[in-house]
Amino acid sequence: MTALELSKLKKYYKAPDGHRHCVINIAGFSLDRGEHVALEGASGSGKTTLLNLIAGIVSPDSGSIRVGDTDMAALGETRRDHVRASSIGYIHQTFNLLQGLSALENVLMAMSFGKGADEKVAASLLERVGLGGRMHHRPAQLSSGQQQRVAVVRALANRPGLVLADEVTSSLDSKLSIETVTLIRELCRENGAALLLASHDHTALSRFERTLRLEDINSPAETAL
Amino acid sequence: MKMLLLYVRRSLRQHALSTIVTAASVALASGLLMGVFAIKDQARAAFTAGHTGYDAVLGARGSQLQLVLNSIFHLDTSPGNIPWKLYTEIRDTPGVTAAVPYAVGDNYRGFRIVGTTPEAFNAPVGRGFKLAAGGKWFNPDEKEAVVGSYVAQKTGLAAGSRFNPYHGLAYNPAMRHPDEYIVTGVLEPTNTPCDRVVWIPIDGMYRMAGHVLRGAGTEFIPQPGQSIPDEDKEVSAVMLRLASPEAGFMLNQMVNRQGNAATLAWPIGKVMEEVFDKFGWLDRVLALIAVMTALVSCACILAALYNTISERRREFAILRALGARKRAVLGAVLMESSAIAGVGAVCGYPVYAALLFAASLVIKAQTGVELNIFYWHPALLWTPAAMFFLGGLAGLVPALKAYATPVAENLAPLS
Repeated sequence: MTALELSKLKKYYKAPDGHRHCVINIAGFSLDRGEHVALEGASGSGKTTLLNLIAGIVSPDSGSIRVGDTDMAALGETRRDHVRASSIGYIHQTFNLLQGLSALENVLMAMSFGKGADEKVAASLLERVGLGGRMHHRPAQLSSGQQQRVAVVRALANRPGLVLADEVTSSLDSKLSIETVTLIRELCRENGAALLLASHDHTALSRFERTLRLEDINSPAETAL
Repeated sequence: MKMLLLYVRRSLRQHALSTIVTAASVALASGLLMGVFAIKDQARAAFTAGHTGYDAVLGARGSQLQLVLNSIFHLDTSPGNIPWKLYTEIRDTPGVTAAVPYAVGDNYRGFRIVGTTPEAFNAPVGRGFKLAAGGKWFNPDEKEAVVGSYVAQKTGLAAGSRFNPYHGLAYNPAMRHPDEYIVTGVLEPTNTPCDRVVWIPIDGMYRMAGHVLRGAGTEFIPQPGQSIPDEDKEVSAVMLRLASPEAGFMLNQMVNRQGNAATLAWPIGKVMEEVFDKFGWLDRVLALIAVMTALVSCACILAALYNTISERRREFAILRALGARKRAVLGAVLMESSAIAGVGAVCGYPVYAALLFAASLVIKAQTGVELNIFYWHPALLWTPAAMFFLGGLAGLVPALKAYATPVAENLAPLS
């Protein structure tokens, strides 16, 4: 069963000189349910843009983005928000935790937009990643590694079918990088979720059986206007 | 919704100083608005609603307003004196049920001394002068006095106290009369200008050392033991109770239209109404200032939230990335503005109470009229409601800014 399928996907950005430049041009790409793929690419190559397109944060200029049975490209913003909340887990490079909320509340907030906040589930997930004693701490009171674990739990709390991870190890040392990638993969496996992890960190990439280079599926130069 | 409310609460706490200052400005505006309306209405009611106990005042030819202020509110200077004969004539006029002469011109430490007859204590309708325990009314043939409650409170005069009046309406220690009066009683508080008055027999006023009577056109200085001919006596005002409005109309015709020896202020409430009407612009200015304060406080909400929105773009982008709808972000900011406005509106009540209390003290000290802190005015309901609504609405601009936050640009840097 396909968790993600991209088809004839194009995204243009307007450059300061007024010209539109194509940053994403993917003829086809798919990810099966439960499959874990690492996407390698240099900084500025369009990895975040691709993940934002898949998450429905930005809309494509053409093509389709099928997440499960839903074509994100065909949906309006509100429906995309709904699909993102319930079916996609997104782990960001800079954790993106809400600073005013505790670790537990950050997880509950994400759950509230999806399948509903459940304090027991959120607490057990935080305990599962070793944050049982720190779930009431604010992000500023947690180490980088702990914050990243909260972000991972938050992304997986709604048991999404697809998890997107964007440079999640860039601010971590190699030991923490390995721990974090291992944790993400374990949790995704437990949930049967597909994982697309974008990175240029070889330590992180080395933990994956299947690694793709973005350039192999994306050919933006050909379509520059 | 529960998590969004939690987010709003935490956000307000994170920006506690800005939240408190903004809510305080709303409270101040709300309190000011309620205070302006309540004080204005209460003051108008107190000065015009006919609680004076009399229907009309007869005095020297001149301003009706000055006559009312001088004789009813014991403010301003006397417009002059009228002969005793006018007092007896009006007292005996059909339709006049009571006539009480007042003679003024002295004070005790700034509190006005009114020379009058014992009738002054029972003639006013509904006034119900009562003596505090242990007191008695003055003997009109003795140097005795009855003092108002505020005078007693401020000067320490009590039954049995002795004092010397001072000449003139303004207190000047150099103008002390040698005559010594004994206080026979203190009036219970009436919350009227009468609380600020020292009442003595009118004969005592005539016989005060240094006083000269000119009722007959020539100067007459009464000697101790010498009776005072009525034609030499003068009064500053005659307080009148009338049998009917027709009697007032008739007296008005007789004194004000056909005569030129005196002035009749009738009806007293209408005279004061005219004053308030003349100063209606002042009411409008005060109301305008209060409304402007309310608008400024709403602008404070707008500015405070608008400034934080710029700092919080990332937060909104995170919420959106988690799946929050745009309208949820809009709602969160509107909830913040409504919460600030709501807290401010509620805190407006203590501000209002403090304002009314302070105004009450000042007005009582100046006029003897006491405002009621628990006075009901519709503004007590609609002002907080309007502040809540307007304050909430002020959040719309920052809310729209938050609504339009581009998600991708405010999340992680592109890679």
